Amino acid sequence: MQDILSISWLIPVLPFLAFGAIGLWLHRWPQVSAGVSVSAIGISFLLSLLVALEVFSQGPGQVFQVSVRWLEMPGLKVDMGILVDPLAAVMLIVVTAVALLVQVYSLGYMEGDPGLASYFSYQSIFAGSMLGLVIANNFGQIFVFWELVGMCSYLLIGFWFGRPSARDAAIKAFVTNRIGDFGFLLGILFLAIIFGTLNYSELAARIPNYHNPAVLLPISILLFFGPVGKSAQFPLHVWLPDAMEGPTPVSALIHAATMVAAGVYLIARAFFIFSQVPQVMLLIAAVGGFTALFAATIALVQNDIKRILAYSTLSQLGYMVMAMGVGAMTAGIFHLMTHAFFKSLLFLAAGSVIHALQGEQDIWKMGGLSQKMPVTTWTFVIGALALAGIPPLAGFWSKDEILMGAYAGGYLGLYLLGSLVAFMTAFYMFRLIFTAFFGAGAGGQPVHESPPVMTGPLIILAFLSVVAGLLGSPLTNNVFAHYITAPGVAHHAASPAIMLTSSLLSLAGIWLAWLIYQKQVVRAEDLRRRWAWLYGLIYNKFYIDELYAWLRRVVVDAGARALEWVDLKIINGVVNGLAYLTGSSGRALRYTVTGQVQAYAAWVVLGVVILLLFALMAAIAAMV
Amino acid sequence: MSDFPILSAALLLPILGALLIMILPPRQESSIRAVAAVSTLASLLLSLGVCFGYDQAKGGMQFVESIPWVRDLGVSYALGVDGISLPLLLLTNLIGFSAVYASWHTEERVKEFFALLLLLISGVMGTFVATDLFIFFLFYEVVVIPIYLLVIMFGSSKRVTKEYAGMKLTIYLLIGSAFLLVGLIALFVKGQALLGFPSMDIGTLAGVDFPVTFQIFIYCLMAFGFGTLLSMFPFHAWSPDGYAGAPTAVSMIHAGVLKKIGGYGLIRIGLLLLPAGARYVAPLIAILALGNVVYAGIICLNQRDLKYIVGYSSVSHMGYVLLGIASVNLISINGAVMMMFAHGVMAALFFAMIGHLYQQSHTRNVGDFGGLAHQMPRLAVGFMLAGLASLGLPGTVNFIGEFTIFVGAFGVYNLLTILAISGIVITAVYILRTLGGVLFGPRRSEWDHLQDLRGVDLVPLLVLGGAILVGGILPFTIMDLINSGVGQLLVQIGPGSVGGIF
Repeated sequence: MQDILSISWLIPVLPFLAFGAIGLWLHRWPQVSAGVSVSAIGISFLLSLLVALEVFSQGPGQVFQVSVRWLEMPGLKVDMGILVDPLAAVMLIVVTAVALLVQVYSLGYMEGDPGLASYFSYQSIFAGSMLGLVIANNFGQIFVFWELVGMCSYLLIGFWFGRPSARDAAIKAFVTNRIGDFGFLLGILFLAIIFGTLNYSELAARIPNYHNPAVLLPISILLFFGPVGKSAQFPLHVWLPDAMEGPTPVSALIHAATMVAAGVYLIARAFFIFSQVPQVMLLIAAVGGFTALFAATIALVQNDIKRILAYSTLSQLGYMVMAMGVGAMTAGIFHLMTHAFFKSLLFLAAGSVIHALQGEQDIWKMGGLSQKMPVTTWTFVIGALALAGIPPLAGFWSKDEILMGAYAGGYLGLYLLGSLVAFMTAFYMFRLIFTAFFGAGAGGQPVHESPPVMTGPLIILAFLSVVAGLLGSPLTNNVFAHYITAPGVAHHAASPAIMLTSSLLSLAGIWLAWLIYQKQVVRAEDLRRRWAWLYGLIYNKFYIDELYAWLRRVVVDAGARALEWVDLKIINGVVNGLAYLTGSSGRALRYTVTGQVQAYAAWVVLGVVILLLFALMAAIAAMV
Repeated sequence: MSDFPILSAALLLPILGALLIMILPPRQESSIRAVAAVSTLASLLLSLGVCFGYDQAKGGMQFVESIPWVRDLGVSYALGVDGISLPLLLLTNLIGFSAVYASWHTEERVKEFFALLLLLISGVMGTFVATDLFIFFLFYEVVVIPIYLLVIMFGSSKRVTKEYAGMKLTIYLLIGSAFLLVGLIALFVKGQALLGFPSMDIGTLAGVDFPVTFQIFIYCLMAFGFGTLLSMFPFHAWSPDGYAGAPTAVSMIHAGVLKKIGGYGLIRIGLLLLPAGARYVAPLIAILALGNVVYAGIICLNQRDLKYIVGYSSVSHMGYVLLGIASVNLISINGAVMMMFAHGVMAALFFAMIGHLYQQSHTRNVGDFGGLAHQMPRLAVGFMLAGLASLGLPGTVNFIGEFTIFVGAFGVYNLLTILAISGIVITAVYILRTLGGVLFGPRRSEWDHLQDLRGVDLVPLLVLGGAILVGGILPFTIMDLINSGVGQLLVQIGPGSVGGIF
């Protein structure tokens, strides 16, 4: 069975091949392109399952590694390699499973789109890049695929490039990520200079014994820049909500399995570095916790179904990052996995709704969908329950592990914050559900359930959202934590008290949403009016996008104009001035060349006289 | 076969082509184009042959040819290639070949155009394969004449007139070369005094131990001459205006390879002959490099004309090359050479795409376009590939160059390198804004008549795009070659530390 590991490099390569084949030849036949793309990711999924079986049959701590030479010179070595361990195996399954389901769903959702072939080629390279990132065995390689993932998200967010909003969102996503990557790259350079290697296992062997821990502080802060950009943590979170400009299946992919998951995965991969520096761990926990709360607040008041889900993703990513920061790496990855299933479910179900309503995304213009779209409705409800953390669904177990980690690790403040966010999450998700699916029903247009090619993936994901959490529950003796672990990761036995508290808080959130939006005990409109200023502040996302836009206008664009002025007026001015000087001296001197012999003779005489005078003076000086 | 003068053949084929074109009647435009295409293709194939035939394990100058020319001055017609010049020779031919196809639709004075273009290609190639200072300088001067004529005859006037652009380009080149000439003569004279016999051979002069103060002085002259050619801040003013005024093929060759003669000269002549001087002046060059990267990059944000954007962006990218050269270590110089290759193919592809667009639309203003990906999907692919390469995306050869330079420079200049890396964010902003403005957005019906790339128009995209991807996905194919050349050069100059000027 070792053979399966040695061909695991095929897992990322197959989607890349599909991308190349579609780009070069197959794009004339959209259906064939779609078929090739789906088959490639399908085979990758099967391979991932086999690889995972092999890895988990070997027991924890087994690492399989091979590399090929890529960029090498004395002092710098970046290999292309594969590293398969339990962490990578879990991620491979999550990424391929979600990508496969999203692509199958897209067969229905994107049917008839003129760019179908390019859509599937982008999907393929997106999945391939993410898989390459997951399976990488060194920081150089992870950076290569990290950037490629960013490029793919740019292509897919801007897929409907005819819309200016999609174009702008794509640019925003790429540039925001680049800012994070700037720090990430510096961190990698530091590692390369100080340790002379970028390979994880070599670094992991050296770093704990490194004599100067102070150097690790800047390195780990810089490395953390990467996840802040890619996993959309405050203050680089602004791109993710706008990223919903892409087709909805793309949002599902970005929000669940690829792209944003990369940042959290990186923290887990580089946990051997981060865990050496307690200050940075605290910073990570604080950034994650703040993002979780901040985004949940914004989600409370949004009206666009995708926007609500987008802010919930931000908030949940904050949760995962916070888990990493409090040392509960296992819990963070566990939540990453369960979240991947229920968040892709929620987005795909939302896509099914949008598809049925011809592009309508405002939840107040929906309503009464539960009768017309039963599969979509009930799978969405399952996803929301999982997200809200209602036992025994997937989100319950993973969220609880994180809360447990924060509590047992001594971060009481973060524990309370996490519990509050759980309450808010349940509230805003069921605000959405009661309004959009069970509300009065605004539109009279005929609405039909989506075709099986779209509802099939929903049902599978709903099933996974129910059962995936059992892997990390006491019912299976927490088999997940047995495999996914690293030095410095704290494990805590599940605490019934915490489980009970968080479940009650979630139920309370749902109950409150039911009171306001279903029973309408208080009218949402009145609340909104009474707290208008607060509502405005939150609804406008605390004006952070406006602040960035203002900074861009005032600092960046004005700076560009100023420097252009310098270049045109000063630097070019000097050049043109010199040219003018040369030219005008020529013009001035040409009057000395008149062609009149008398004048020339006069000049000659004058010259002779001056020379003679000099000679005379020299002679006098010599005599004296 | 081993005696076959393959470098001379590659070098002379375009000149032969030019001569043939000159005797063809001007009406026979298709034969003129065919001659140009065949002679550049033959040169390209020969230089590919040299690449495959070069023995990396052995290293050093190979495919050497030497014919004594002016014995009293120690001048010989001496050619040869090593790991540094070979990628640039290949680059010249890739771009030269593509440039012929990018100008396929030239309609006026076809005969003159292609004859001058072939002459230009030979001239640039000659500077990279010459191993004799005199021959090097000779080819360098040969380049100036066709450039000037091509710009003023076939250029375009926008922000500046083509006459101004041509004049500016030529005078800058000549001022640079004047300083260079002084430096070369000084090297020759001092070399003769120390050696006891006259020699213009770079390899021989490299063995001479010039006094340190002499090295510093001469290196400053060289840095000015080559730096101007490489558009080193603040001597970059020719570059945006020159590219904007020049016809497509000249922009491609100029930004793609001619500029790189500056970087090549700084390494091959500056660093190899005057190592102590190079190391002494290096920190100053590193600071000017930052001026390139950041200053020109920020100016790009405010440009509207596509050619100005690529022009300033190429000034900005040359900052990375300068930073690599100024760090004087194996990794950084490997990166600098790789970056020269990478920037060459990228800039040439960019200019080819702009040329195709401009030829039909007669505008280059980003604001005039929008949504062109609807009408011209293949052109959009070309623009995207060039743009993503320009912002250093992994998978393109430009990433390899930038990353290697950063690793090499970071150990030498911490702060400067950090500031220079901020260039990756600036580049992303202006490139994506430009691509977004030209290609994306709603379809505009006034551009429905534009023809997408087809037939021969595709050649630049395939050749240059292919080079970008092959170098990016399989970097070892080029990097091992460069490493063999740079490694040997650094062994020759011996160890030493950078700095002294401040």
